Amino acid sequence: MRYAGLEDIELMHRLALARTISGGPAATGAEEIVVNGVLAVCDPLGGLYLPETGILVVSDLHLEKGAAFARRGMMLPPYDTIATLNILSAVIARYDPKIVVSLGDNFHDRKGSEHLAPDLRALITTMARGRNWIWINGNHDPDGTVDLPGTCTDELFYGGLVFRHEPSLISGPGGSKGEIAGHLHPSATVRRREKSVRRPCFASDGTRLLMPAFGVLAGGLDLRHRAMNGLFDREALVAHLLGRERIYSVRYANLIG
Amino acid sequence: MIIGGVKPLLFRPFSLTLPGVDIVETHSSGRDAALLPRPFQKWFAEKGWQPRAHQLELLSRSTSGENMLLIAPTGAGKTLAGFLPSLTDLTRRGRIPPGSAFTGIHTLYISPLKALAVDIERNLMKPVFEMGLDISIENRTGDTPQAKRQRQKLNPPDILLTTPEQVALLLANKEAERFFKDLKYVVLDELHSLVTSKRGHLLSLGLARIRRHAPHMRTIGLSATVSDPMDLQRWLVPQGEDPALPAGLVHVTGGAAPDIAIMRTEDRIPWSGHVSTYAIPEVYEEIKRHKTTLIFVNTRFQAELLFQTLWTINEDNLPIALHHGSLDAGQRRKVEAAMAANKLRAVVATSTLDLGMDWGDVDLVVHVGAPKGASRLAQRIGRSNHRMDEPSKAILVPANRFEVMECQAALDANYLGAQDTPPVGEGALDVLAQHVLGMACAEPFDPVELYDEITSASPYATLSWEMFERIVDFVATGGYALRSYERYAKIRKTKEGRWRVSNPAVAQQYRLNLGTIVEATELNVRLVKRNAQGLAKGTVGRGGMSLGKVEEYFLEQLVQGDTFLFAGKVLRFEGIRENECLVSNAFSLDPKIPAYAGGKFPLSTYLADQVRGMLADPDRWGVLPDQVRDWLNIQRERSMLPARDELLIETFPRGKRFFMIAYCFEGRLAHQTLGMLLTRRLERTGARPLGFVATDYSLAIWGLNDIGAMIGSGRLSLSDLFDEDMLGDDLEAWLDESYMLKRTFRNCAVISGLIERLHPGKEKTGRQVTVSTDLIYDVLRSHEPDHVLLEATRRDAASGLLDLARLGDMLARIRGHITHRDLDRVSPLAVPIMLEIGKESVPGEAHDAVLQEAADELIAEALG
Repeated sequence: MRYAGLEDIELMHRLALARTISGGPAATGAEEIVVNGVLAVCDPLGGLYLPETGILVVSDLHLEKGAAFARRGMMLPPYDTIATLNILSAVIARYDPKIVVSLGDNFHDRKGSEHLAPDLRALITTMARGRNWIWINGNHDPDGTVDLPGTCTDELFYGGLVFRHEPSLISGPGGSKGEIAGHLHPSATVRRREKSVRRPCFASDGTRLLMPAFGVLAGGLDLRHRAMNGLFDREALVAHLLGRERIYSVRYANLIG
Repeated sequence: MIIGGVKPLLFRPFSLTLPGVDIVETHSSGRDAALLPRPFQKWFAEKGWQPRAHQLELLSRSTSGENMLLIAPTGAGKTLAGFLPSLTDLTRRGRIPPGSAFTGIHTLYISPLKALAVDIERNLMKPVFEMGLDISIENRTGDTPQAKRQRQKLNPPDILLTTPEQVALLLANKEAERFFKDLKYVVLDELHSLVTSKRGHLLSLGLARIRRHAPHMRTIGLSATVSDPMDLQRWLVPQGEDPALPAGLVHVTGGAAPDIAIMRTEDRIPWSGHVSTYAIPEVYEEIKRHKTTLIFVNTRFQAELLFQTLWTINEDNLPIALHHGSLDAGQRRKVEAAMAANKLRAVVATSTLDLGMDWGDVDLVVHVGAPKGASRLAQRIGRSNHRMDEPSKAILVPANRFEVMECQAALDANYLGAQDTPPVGEGALDVLAQHVLGMACAEPFDPVELYDEITSASPYATLSWEMFERIVDFVATGGYALRSYERYAKIRKTKEGRWRVSNPAVAQQYRLNLGTIVEATELNVRLVKRNAQGLAKGTVGRGGMSLGKVEEYFLEQLVQGDTFLFAGKVLRFEGIRENECLVSNAFSLDPKIPAYAGGKFPLSTYLADQVRGMLADPDRWGVLPDQVRDWLNIQRERSMLPARDELLIETFPRGKRFFMIAYCFEGRLAHQTLGMLLTRRLERTGARPLGFVATDYSLAIWGLNDIGAMIGSGRLSLSDLFDEDMLGDDLEAWLDESYMLKRTFRNCAVISGLIERLHPGKEKTGRQVTVSTDLIYDVLRSHEPDHVLLEATRRDAASGLLDLARLGDMLARIRGHITHRDLDRVSPLAVPIMLEIGKESVPGEAHDAVLQEAADELIAEALG
């Protein structure tokens, strides 16, 4: 899949925001929504918190993407993993979740978790201490993680929701109904007065929810791309864009792309 | 004069050389003629021609071992001059007997355009054939079939005609030494246009390597007139502790003086803007009066609009065509062929037609918009008539009142023969990284030897050893402080201390990514039929004609149903499918026009100075149209006109805002940078600036507080405001926050080999991997801000996008020469820039405000 270059994603502010961990969800500029009857909090750093079950969901971390490219001769900066983990630890500190669900494409390739540097491995172990950690397998890393805390699985059914990497093409319970999925890296574009802004977003029509990519080098795919066709009831679809300090919710009909 | 469809570019009857043309000599003595082998003498005699003096001088000096630079106007027989040393030497040498040891190429000809290499082959074969010379001539470009390239390596021609990229490819090969060891001459065509770009940097490094394989090789540079020939003369020879003499110079001046006029119009000359639509009826009349007219514009935007407007009044259905870089290659070739066959009456073109090809019998050049540089104007005017001994005819069409002055200044400059080509500049670091990898692909290199070789190329003469080592480290593992990629290194040090490539895949990767031209991400534009039913579902038909390419960022601004001008048509945007932009024919007369970023040249320093000079000297206003003269006179009454070295600052209120206009005349790029820096400073002084807009001539900043009163009361000091120290901390702070460097970074990332080039058509195979360079930039900047690639980006931006050198020169020039006029209303001179406000937005602000507004709509909808 090809993810276009996103000139307007302001990654710098996500990186900066992660350094200034503010106390408690109240100050986060997060937005509360309901998916399949379950309350969910969209956080501007890119995580989804489910207060009723104490679950924090993040998706498409693509850890070790730099290293994966380096193995093929493109020496991308080796700082993407630490940058992504810093933001993740900020979100974890904010919500102190009971369970962390990482929704697949946790590592950019199959070798990623095996070759992870010891200090980064220790960082994940520290974050996972005192809580459950679930690695959902993705298409980039179908074999699960190596030597990391937590459980690896393809799907998780819990608290009226189903967590999987790729959105299901089947509708109804067990399919799209109550599904939290990743894989597509949704982003959305709005335009006002000749100026357009593109941001990663949560996308939900109240039945299912698609997570923004959390990894700093992950990139995004426009919500209007045909890969998203058929996933949502577009009348009810709202994009929750990651803003500098808060979430901005925009109806699908008001997006451009 | 047409012989067999090809104009005799190379040879001309001696009698046509006019007296008064300032060639070094006009006669060739018997001794000079003896320089030529018999077949040449005989051939000249049969044609009734004689070699020109500069051709013989170049021959004699080059043969005796000098590196040479030939500067001559179009039509002076430059190409033959460049090849005579090699043709005569090959003739004397004779054919290599079969069974002899392998012989590499004798002459390498390098041209910036592959079309030119092909053109030259055709033009060179003719005399070689007529003289019966046994010389093999072949070209090698990106289009040459693989089998032929292989064969060329096994059995090289005597003369190889090629491009800088092909030279780099040949050099990065294990066989390079064998191929180049017998090389005697390197002929570099259109050298003036090559050397100032990154392609020129790459070529200079290639030449340094060629010299190692063939130490006795001589260079022959062919160039149009340039402001500083010594730059090129040095470029042609190896640098070093004991620098060789600069290349010898043969300078052919003169040619008949061009006949240039500024278009006079009854209509009102616009105050601002860049499109000369007011003058189109006059332009059309000129087309009718001439055989073939070449209409040059500065941007594709202007080209599109002008072409469209010309056709709306083209009652005689004259064949008028359009030619610019975004059009489909097939369509461009068609236009070129029709042009060469004299089937067209006019072509509207951008800089794609600047360089020296043969375009049929053009008898008029119309330049729409100001030429922005005197040398560029001279080059373009040279497209007309193509014979140095007949005057070229040109008409300039200024787009606004400042451009009237600019055109007049350029016109004076052309008569004076003034030149303002850009300097060669320091070699780019991304190009160096690419070259270092290429050299490792050729054979394992010793770092000290390679460093010495690289610094023998003039653009890299001042490269430090430390920077060289950082580049080698970058090529090997990315050059990061965090050394986690050692095991993936692309090049590794052997026990003997030489660097070699880790595996053959690296060399393959190098070959695919080679080159210094990075296209903006572009999508193919395809014309489709719109059907009413499909439209409702948002789908459209497929399989229409391909029209060309448009930058992705432009399309991102469009929504379905928006109309824009492209390929001479008004098109309706239908959507993006995979990597194509689908459009249908629109019937709108008011299109939203592509706002291409490329192709807008800033005003040259030289012309800017001329315009300032003209502004300060009412005696020179006589030649200007009445409207423009009146405008300047009223300005003198209401405010003032600055002296040549003075900076005029005007302040005045308008609406609820307070404006400050600075008339710097330093070009749009430098003004933009100045605007960014001044608004930061004004912010600190409490002037509460809101925005700014920059043109080639001036800069306007507006804010909520009365800047004029602040200056008057001494709360704000203009000399502090414009102090050179803004290029220190303020610049650093701004760059840290600015997104302007991302585009520059992308180019550096591709050229240096950090990321792979996008190869069109390969996306679907899945082998193509893309990653956003914007994201890489952010991650790198937040974790290793002094990384060598960020350094390369800053250097590039300083000389390009930000035009820092020029801004620095200006700040030094105006120190102690700032004059302030506090006015109660807008001045005449300020009108043009005031009209630009609102047309161009200030970049990089208010992103979240846009999101907020969009989100508010949802709230309103929910509550309402």
